[in-house]
Amino acid sequence: MGKSISRRKFIAAAAAASIITGCESHPVVRFLGVMQRWNQKAEKIMFSPARLAPELPPSATTPEDAFPAYFISDSMPLPPPNWTLKVGGLVKRPMVLTLAQLEAMARTDMRVQHHCVEGWSAVALWRGVRLSEIARLVAVDPRVHFVEFRSFDSGYWSSWDLASALHPQTLLAYGFNGQPLQAAHGAPLRVYSAVKLGYKNVKYLTEVNFMPTRTGGYWENQGYEWFAGV
Amino acid sequence: MNQFAVSKSATPPAASASRFGGRRPQPAIIRITHWCNVVFIVLMAGSGLQIFTAYPALGPRGAQYWWYPFQNIAPPQWLTIGGWLAGGRHWHFAIAWFFIANGLIYLTYFFASGEWRRRLFRPGRDMGNALRQFAYYTGIRRSPPSADFYNGLQRFAYTGVLLLGMVMVLSGLAIYKPVQFHPLTLIFGGYDGARVVHLAGLCMLAMFVVVHVILVLLHPRELLNMIGGGKRG
Repeated sequence: MGKSISRRKFIAAAAAASIITGCESHPVVRFLGVMQRWNQKAEKIMFSPARLAPELPPSATTPEDAFPAYFISDSMPLPPPNWTLKVGGLVKRPMVLTLAQLEAMARTDMRVQHHCVEGWSAVALWRGVRLSEIARLVAVDPRVHFVEFRSFDSGYWSSWDLASALHPQTLLAYGFNGQPLQAAHGAPLRVYSAVKLGYKNVKYLTEVNFMPTRTGGYWENQGYEWFAGV
Repeated sequence: MNQFAVSKSATPPAASASRFGGRRPQPAIIRITHWCNVVFIVLMAGSGLQIFTAYPALGPRGAQYWWYPFQNIAPPQWLTIGGWLAGGRHWHFAIAWFFIANGLIYLTYFFASGEWRRRLFRPGRDMGNALRQFAYYTGIRRSPPSADFYNGLQRFAYTGVLLLGMVMVLSGLAIYKPVQFHPLTLIFGGYDGARVVHLAGLCMLAMFVVVHVILVLLHPRELLNMIGGGKRG
């Protein structure tokens, strides 16, 4: 194999492989790592908790069969019997909530644009309770800076910065386009936010944990950026 | 300039050689930013196509744009850089900073040094010359119009590609942060509009590069100037 071709292929492959294997000593890989951390800082600066995504008219709604339904299990995850949501971490009043309890809380409806990391957009109407409301109820400790979301979709999970989690357009959603959330879109409860890329919005939710330290996520641990804000 | 002054040539004083006396046709900063751009643009285009591969369509789900002829057809893999979506994003968002910094350095020098006077397209001065030069290249005219330093078509092309670069950066930011930079995204017709502009801009950039490389190869002294700077004026 020619030296120049194999060297180029190696760099490209090393960069890709490092993200998976964690082989970080190659200078190109170290460069990309430095830039990723730089970009994370820049994204945090670009994010404003006061900035709201525009809400859209009903005519903008994506036809339901066109709104993709992604999951990582071999088959579509179905709600376990007696499903509840555990809210915990560094909080004064950890809670276990049923769907009925969540539905009884202050409700928010929002029709916003969805942005997938793949590059497609779609629009749907989401109904749920603001995560900021849940945070208030459980009394989050001042040392908390991160929120983890866990699910029953083969361990799919994610973690966020607290500011984005408390954004007014970040919901724990149980309603989709005027109907109860279906299995395809994460029933019975999912995270849905107008200020994060799709993969951050964990479906098939089981736990919300308020944490003092940052962790990762299913896609984040494979090389997708952690902040992922829009 | 008073009414008795004699101008050296038929060209307007601002473009005459005397103003740039002692300076090379391609000063060092211009050469450095030019060749850096070759690297940056290849990396941005390749990683951009890697990103595009993940959803190689224009328009939102359920309402893709009918007029785009290559809907859901991924670009050839050999054109992509990064290996997969996450890799493409890493390269794209890493090099973007260098591309923008390079552009700002060039723009600063462009104006501060006065180079803009012989490079910037000014329609009044350059439009006619540009059209005549185009007519020559397409065989309509038999001989090229006279030119100093750059002909009107070069000024048009090089000013145009500068503006194109700015559009690529702004449309890219609009895709990157459609909520945080919402007013910017709106200017491009929303998130999906910005994707159209960003892809169309890439196509225009590709066409520019093809024509540029062909014309440079037909005028090899220009390539030597862009490497060594050329003879001081």
